[in-house]
Amino acid sequence: MLNLIIILAVILVLAILIAVFRVTTLVGIVKGDSGKYVPSSNKVQAALLVLFLIAGLVGFFYYSLGGLDDDFTQPIASKHGVDTDNLFWITMAITCFVFVVTQIFLFGFAYKYQYKEGNQATFYSHNNTLEVIWTAIPAVVLAVLIISGWRTWSDITGPAPEGAEVIEVMGYQYSWAIRYGGADKQLGDYDYRKIDVVNQVGIDFSDKASFDDFIPTKLYIPKGRPVLLQIRARDVIHSVYQPHFRLQMNAVPGMPTRFWFEATKTTAEMRSETGNPDFEYELVCNKICGKGHFAMKYLIEVVEADEYDKWYASQDAWLKQNSDYLSQVPQELQEMARIASGIENNTELQTVDNAVVSNN
Amino acid sequence: MSVADIKVDEHLAHDDHGHEHHEQSFIQKYIFTEDHKTIGKQFLLLGIFWAIIGGGLSIIFRLQLGFPDMSLEWLRPILGGWITDAGKLDSEFYLALVTMHGTIMVFFVLTAGLSGTFSNFLIPLQIGARDMASGFMNMLSFWFFFLASAIMFVSLFLETGPAGGGWTIYPPLSALPQAIQGSGTGMTLWLVSMVFFIASQLLGGINYITTVINLRTEGMSFSRLPLTIWAFFITAVLGLLSFPVLFAAALLLVFDRSFGTSFYLSEIYINGEALPNVGGSPILFQHLFWFLGHPEVYIVILPALGITSEIISTNSRKPIFGYRAMIGSILAIAFLSFIVWAHHMFVTGMNPFLGSIFMFLTLIIAVPSAVKAFNYITTLWKGNIVFTPAMLFSIGLVSFFISGGLTGLFLGNSAVDITLHDTYFVVAHFHLVMGSAAFFGLLAGVYHWFPKMFGRMMDEKLGYIHFWFTFIGVYLVFFPLHYIGIAGFPRRYYSFTSFDAFSSFTDLNAFVSVAAILTFSAQFIFLFNFFYSMFKGRKAPLNPWKSNTLEWTTPRIVGHGNWPGAIPAVYRWPYDYSKPGAAEDFIPQHIPYSHTPESNLSHEADLAKGENVAPAPADENK
Repeated sequence: MLNLIIILAVILVLAILIAVFRVTTLVGIVKGDSGKYVPSSNKVQAALLVLFLIAGLVGFFYYSLGGLDDDFTQPIASKHGVDTDNLFWITMAITCFVFVVTQIFLFGFAYKYQYKEGNQATFYSHNNTLEVIWTAIPAVVLAVLIISGWRTWSDITGPAPEGAEVIEVMGYQYSWAIRYGGADKQLGDYDYRKIDVVNQVGIDFSDKASFDDFIPTKLYIPKGRPVLLQIRARDVIHSVYQPHFRLQMNAVPGMPTRFWFEATKTTAEMRSETGNPDFEYELVCNKICGKGHFAMKYLIEVVEADEYDKWYASQDAWLKQNSDYLSQVPQELQEMARIASGIENNTELQTVDNAVVSNN
Repeated sequence: MSVADIKVDEHLAHDDHGHEHHEQSFIQKYIFTEDHKTIGKQFLLLGIFWAIIGGGLSIIFRLQLGFPDMSLEWLRPILGGWITDAGKLDSEFYLALVTMHGTIMVFFVLTAGLSGTFSNFLIPLQIGARDMASGFMNMLSFWFFFLASAIMFVSLFLETGPAGGGWTIYPPLSALPQAIQGSGTGMTLWLVSMVFFIASQLLGGINYITTVINLRTEGMSFSRLPLTIWAFFITAVLGLLSFPVLFAAALLLVFDRSFGTSFYLSEIYINGEALPNVGGSPILFQHLFWFLGHPEVYIVILPALGITSEIISTNSRKPIFGYRAMIGSILAIAFLSFIVWAHHMFVTGMNPFLGSIFMFLTLIIAVPSAVKAFNYITTLWKGNIVFTPAMLFSIGLVSFFISGGLTGLFLGNSAVDITLHDTYFVVAHFHLVMGSAAFFGLLAGVYHWFPKMFGRMMDEKLGYIHFWFTFIGVYLVFFPLHYIGIAGFPRRYYSFTSFDAFSSFTDLNAFVSVAAILTFSAQFIFLFNFFYSMFKGRKAPLNPWKSNTLEWTTPRIVGHGNWPGAIPAVYRWPYDYSKPGAAEDFIPQHIPYSHTPESNLSHEADLAKGENVAPAPADENK
């Protein structure tokens, strides 16, 4: 019933609109508007254009300078983020200036030179000097932007400093897996054919470096120390995105990528800065990857460097937690794997092993 | 302008004559027609159909984004199982909506609807040709597009949904039905449809190029071509060079999907299974896709800019400022458009050095674009501007082109793009500079050439209402998205509730959705005006906008062959508006210099001596 009423109301409104349209058309014909070359509302249109310009600029400045309820910039928490934000704001200043000036000219000229009876437009077909000037000025301004952009880009994408913390980030539908190199600080090899329900990242245990690798449930990052993310994906393309770190790099199956950065604020510091006691850094997926794309999240914890080291040392190797994977280790490396992963080679081992297996 | 009057008389005589001898059947005349004007209108109507579908899809996903808590139960009659039991939109169908919105708008509305309509309709009329070089190929071009449309339309109703991997269909997502349902039959139909679409574009493009090169009337040198034709011509060249690359990319994807090859697939473990494919590269697809994809955005915007040049000049009653610079910038943009594609890929993991090169090339393309904007503004300067609806839409286009173009300086800068890539900032950028600007070009063109298409005028007042709702609406929809993008909100997100970082802006998103609904609704004013005026509109004068180009020398209802008598010859460029000394403020292209001694510039006076034409008719100045 309600639907019927809505439909009837819509039809009625449409009918009224069409009637109004007919009447105004007929009135126009009687007044002789229809034969005129210049529209009768030419002045009104010109005035509306200027009104639009003024209202638009007022709205633009009002909302850009704090009129929005929400702050539209995320606080920066990485070293290179300061540089890219500087570039961003320099570009913003230039483009805003050009934006405002050109829009004023566009709408202003439209208003000022609106049709007037008896006026004639100026026959002005070209002016080479003018055109050279406004080709050259954008070229120079762009050259400045290109050079500063290029320097920043080269710094960011250059090789990571010696001794950077290497962390592996692997995207999959619809979450992330994080792997650290363990005590030797070396990430072991991986092979996508070794992936199964438990060994989600496909650690290849024929590589010695993999024995002490560990996989925590949160991405821990030391403040003030360069971190190199080694990024990959195991099914479709994902993208490692973190707005506070101004960090983004696609995770591509079959093609490892990387991104290095240095975090400048711990989670605790961000909590006090943002005034949000529940603040957490979040790892975001920013490349369409399927049904759960919008919820592909992983928590990041930035801590002071010494706290990080303590946490790092306290982590159990993945192999220790899943010691039935020892069977994948080549025979001659078994001993080494037991030691490196912290599974001690003694008689008590059997019981520990069983407990872990039954948990799985 | 007595010349036009004489032509009308000739036309009447010819018309009677014509009807006696070659009456065409309905099918020949309206369906499998080889007449460029009818084909143009066919493209327009199908383009409008797709615009309604594409716009409608965007309204559905805007409802989800603006009002995530709203029950969409009332959409169940249309969407069926895509509404979950909780009355919400299915999150996978959301991606399908976004994908189809993009595909439809970019390819079917702004490529076929814009180029297809106006290149077909205007090229022969403005260069003085009887028809396209090959009417038959032209007909095939439309019917391939129709076939592509039919296939794409069918894919909307599949049980597994249409393609859902984004309009850029990056593999592996688009190659693996295990990854997303839409990559099953939906993706297959998408690829098949696009193959026919590319065939349509190539047939059309070859025709446009051939026609412009070979069939120009006497005196219509390249330096006298209207800028519309220059734009259509270069657009066709772009399409001809870039669409085959998309075809190749799509073909390899078909092989990967159906025949077990590994062009784009490598080391994939999905759904508990390690796939055998190794050695492929998903990035290869992106390079191939964007090798078309970037020229494609210029394929979309250049015709709109061409249309705008014509309309702004006509209605400012002034020559377009810097005609040669405008041609130069079209050529520069066209050339550069082929070597900037990888700016879509700064963060894909490609070599950062390549990123530097592409940043450099990308920012260069801003120079010719800036020249175009400045020239439009200078054309308005000291004009005597008549605000027809077409003129308003053209001014709106320039405004969008500036607003959206400027944000390109952020995204083209690879260092800044790290943060902004794939956020709503990108969405705001391309919807303004490419989407809305091109759409305004399409609307401006329809308002301007409607009298020539259907012999009747569109209603002006409805045109104004339509313009203001749309212009304000578009800004209200897309401008706020910049703020959301700067805050880092990712695009193609079904909802932002999962992330604490994106918990803000719920009001702004609701506002954008309301604005989108209003803007979309306002388009129905246009539709009413369009179809009503087609049948009931006031009969159009021969040259309602007092324009210089050749199409306005044809009869009100343009018959087969366009001009009833001989094709008029051309003696001057198309922008002799408000020439000092001239009796009227426009001198059409077919008026010889020797008929206008009072307004000739010195070099034109010399040209006049060389003209071998009959003296001006006695009633020239009546």
